[in-house]
Amino acid sequence: MAESKPITKNVDWMVVLIYIACLAIGWLNIYAAVYNPEAHTSMFDLSNNAGKQLMWIGTAALLIVCILVIDYKFYETFSFVIYAVVIFLLVVVLFAGSNINGSRSWIKLGSFSLQPAEFSKLAISLAISKYLSDPAISLTRKLKDYYPIMGIIALPAFLILLSNETGSMLVFASFAIVLYREGMPGFIPAIGIIGAALLIITLLFVKWYIAGAIIVIAGLVIWLMPVMTRRRGGLWATIIIAIGMIGIVFGVDFFMNNVLQKHQRGRIMVLLDPDSDPRGIGWNVIQSKIAIGSGGLTGKGFLQGTQTKFDFVPEQSTDFIFCTVGEEHGFLGTAIVVFLFIALISRLVVLAERQRSRFARVYGYCVAGIIFFHFLVNVGMTIGLMPVIGIPLPFFSYGGSSLWSFSVLLFIFLKIDAQRPFTLSRA
Amino acid sequence: MLESRRFVIIGFFALVGVIYLLRLFYLQVLDESYSIESSSNSIKRVTEIPFRGQIYDRYGKLIVYNTPVYDLLVTPSKVRMDDTLRFCKVLGIEKRDFDSLMTAAGNYSRVKPSLFLRQLSKEDFASIQDIMVDYSGFEFAKSSLRTYTAPTLANTLGYVSEVTKGQLERQEEPYYRQGDYIGQSGVEKIYENELRGKRGTKFVMQNVNGVYKGPWKNGELDTMAVAGENLHTGLDLEVQQYADSLMVNKVGSVVAIEPKTGQIISMVSAPTYDPNILASRYFSKNFAALARNPYKPLFNRPVMASYRPGSTFKLIQALIGLQEGVITPGSGFTHANCPVGCHNHPATSTVALGVAHSCNPYFYNVFRRLIYKNNIKNTFRASAVGLDAWHDDIAKFGIGQRLGIDLPSEYKGNLPNKKYYDRFYGEYRWKFSNIYSLSIGEGELLITPLKMANVAAIIANRGYFYTPHVIHGIGDKRTVKPEFLERHETGVEPHNFEPVIEGMIGAVEAGTARRSRVEGISIAGKTGTSQNKRGDDHSIFIAFAPVEDPKIAIAVFVENAGAGGSAAAPIANLIIEKYLSRKVTNKALEERMMKLDLMSKVILPTQKKPASADSTKKKTEETKPVNGDPNSPENRRPGTPHPNNPAAMRKPVVATLPKGNQQKAL
Repeated sequence: MAESKPITKNVDWMVVLIYIACLAIGWLNIYAAVYNPEAHTSMFDLSNNAGKQLMWIGTAALLIVCILVIDYKFYETFSFVIYAVVIFLLVVVLFAGSNINGSRSWIKLGSFSLQPAEFSKLAISLAISKYLSDPAISLTRKLKDYYPIMGIIALPAFLILLSNETGSMLVFASFAIVLYREGMPGFIPAIGIIGAALLIITLLFVKWYIAGAIIVIAGLVIWLMPVMTRRRGGLWATIIIAIGMIGIVFGVDFFMNNVLQKHQRGRIMVLLDPDSDPRGIGWNVIQSKIAIGSGGLTGKGFLQGTQTKFDFVPEQSTDFIFCTVGEEHGFLGTAIVVFLFIALISRLVVLAERQRSRFARVYGYCVAGIIFFHFLVNVGMTIGLMPVIGIPLPFFSYGGSSLWSFSVLLFIFLKIDAQRPFTLSRA
Repeated sequence: MLESRRFVIIGFFALVGVIYLLRLFYLQVLDESYSIESSSNSIKRVTEIPFRGQIYDRYGKLIVYNTPVYDLLVTPSKVRMDDTLRFCKVLGIEKRDFDSLMTAAGNYSRVKPSLFLRQLSKEDFASIQDIMVDYSGFEFAKSSLRTYTAPTLANTLGYVSEVTKGQLERQEEPYYRQGDYIGQSGVEKIYENELRGKRGTKFVMQNVNGVYKGPWKNGELDTMAVAGENLHTGLDLEVQQYADSLMVNKVGSVVAIEPKTGQIISMVSAPTYDPNILASRYFSKNFAALARNPYKPLFNRPVMASYRPGSTFKLIQALIGLQEGVITPGSGFTHANCPVGCHNHPATSTVALGVAHSCNPYFYNVFRRLIYKNNIKNTFRASAVGLDAWHDDIAKFGIGQRLGIDLPSEYKGNLPNKKYYDRFYGEYRWKFSNIYSLSIGEGELLITPLKMANVAAIIANRGYFYTPHVIHGIGDKRTVKPEFLERHETGVEPHNFEPVIEGMIGAVEAGTARRSRVEGISIAGKTGTSQNKRGDDHSIFIAFAPVEDPKIAIAVFVENAGAGGSAAAPIANLIIEKYLSRKVTNKALEERMMKLDLMSKVILPTQKKPASADSTKKKTEETKPVNGDPNSPENRRPGTPHPNNPAAMRKPVVATLPKGNQQKAL
């Protein structure tokens, strides 16, 4: 009886509107990126990316209708089944996949191709949510409760690694956000962030200076520490942390030279100094920054971009779509996009927090985390704040698989959220 | 408790958003290095170089114009070359040159066009254009070359060449870029700003491979190139070329001025060269050859060479003498009691006769009266005061200062004053007897041919002059620079000129220049002889004509040609006749002057004088005051500063100076 109420009444329209705005802006920018001033490219021509993207948007709409029609319990019930199907596809792609851009991660079905790795995010999100929906699981106290989660993430990660699609795999780092929300001790993400920061700092400055600075800071911390804290082990904790940090500083060389592959090392070095290799790895970063920078405050105008249009910026309609926004619409355009994303993920967090079931909340956080991570890395790399990692900007970048997977990911959550008034709290 | 972590998470999101916004604001709004103009590589700024202004003669005849030429550019990455040898043959280059040019182009850029061959003529272009279709990677770019209708006026017009590294660094506002052309000398340099026009800028779009993709914003921001302003000179191209032909095989200068306006009619710097050779693709080779030439054809003698005026200076002495009232038109002097020598001539009982016969003692006495005009008893003090008064009078004739002609590197010359001699002798330790050589245009006086032509113009005008200038009209409006319209007065009243002009007429009719007089044209002139230890005397002549209504004032300097009447006067008079009547009657004289070859007499600066002669000279100065006259004419290269030898100058020379063998006066 209650469920017969139209979905339009309960769905969160704010998220839907942001979603539509993103799609529209994204599609126009894809059109601008492929627009050829000499041949007056049509927006609706299926032979170019803009026309195709319109087709993907249309099909995504169909998918959304299906998702909204299907009973919300379906996703929770079939979480592990969906997970298993995606794992199966990931295995299949290893043997039957077509090789595109050096990674064996595409399944070709006739004229269009699908990338199962894109859907692994959805599968992992559902699986983790399902696992954590058991109220007995506690991430605060029991270490052994982490093992299944590690397994859920590691299996597809391993398969994706085999198909050489590292970018998609890195997105799994976004699950740290949901785990933190569900009780993972704060020092774990802190260590991750500090480690990354130390890595960058070590590459920029002389190691001994950094070690000296760490010792000085540790000394200050101990000196300013309340006596009680110091007696209770604060002293030794600080010393161990400091030694650990110094260890990272000196371990960076080993990490850079022996752990990272050559092209990965190059991407990190270019992040620090794009001019170190202006025609090679640095090219993308420099050209991307020029394109965005040349937009100025208000941009060159729709279809007036030149850096993006004349092939200076690579992958203009996919990974570097943000450059087109920056060049043609200037700071006003990029600021609007940044606001849209921050508004979207913040809204998703708010929605997640109001869920009555733990499954729904965890899933909401997964969606917010994944979108945030894509935004963080994709926009970061175009403005030279992140290494170049080929992952798309959600809803903006050209690509059917990515658009479908993000749409499905998002609308499953919206469907669950729409049913919230009728869900009994189990958490 | 865990719920509160959502604030940490949202805070983290917001933090990233703020960082990204700040970064974007920096990149897009604050950081100028990414703006369209400075770093955009998709929009290329193409500069359109306008044609330089053309230069015309006084009758509107074209002297300098531009010829379109073609630069051949190469883009190494696009070159597909099957038959290199045929290609080289077509372009007329060696395989070796081809390889080095390709390497140089490749080093600059593989994908951008760089210069391969410069300045191919239209004919070359036409002959190879068809064949070039077979060779990809080459393209032509239009450019232009200065072209001269006649092989003359090389130094006056100057030349245009690629801007040098030093000029690039020195320029105050960054206008020129590597590879731009700039006027390097002569009119081309002085009027660079007028001639160069306004460069146009086109913004064009290109893709990552440098392929043209159309105008940026439909050309809204483009500016058109505006051709440079045309310049109208007062030069008479026909007379100029005639003067050139007379100065062949001689070293020297001709400067002809229209007295009423100061326009230069003709300006010869001999030896000269064909200006076209510096406006070709062989510029560097030809320039090096000119620079090496011992006769220094690049040295613009009319304004840069320094000589002593010799007897031509007597004209100014007479004028100042009359103006200051120390002599009257009827004053006469004899050779008696005079340290300067003279030649045999009728008695000089008037100013006119003194000028006509160029009597040395006459002007010694005039100068003496000028110096001692004041009533100071002490001769040292009287000389000092007298010299400065004299200096100021002479300076009004433009002597000892730059006239301000529109040509670069004008030599100031030298007109000594009290301070000048004080440096050598000490204050009040010299007097008239130390400086009397000035009376006949020797001593420390230095002038340029231009200055003497201007003196002729002053006499023609009876007292005033306009700054001599080459360009009398800029652009279609024919604007004349205001400084060239300003009348300069000498302070000598017109009636004082008449006796002097009478003497000049006499010099031409019956005096020192009588052999070159022209039937039917009244010419007033004065010869001069600049003594020259290194070879024969320099021949000088200044004149103007017609006497009643002067249309041309001229100065001719011929180095090592002997007396003024031997070469300079005939050449000057032939040019005057050519200018005034457009034809020459005295064909025999004309032919003799054209055939006269003095090059063998010219002692080159590179030719060293015998070492013994040098040491002898020094010894003489030290031991024998007899020959140590500071004012004796010394052989000096044009342009070198006057050799100062205070030690020699302090010797008391008056008493021991032998008479009659120091100065020739012709």
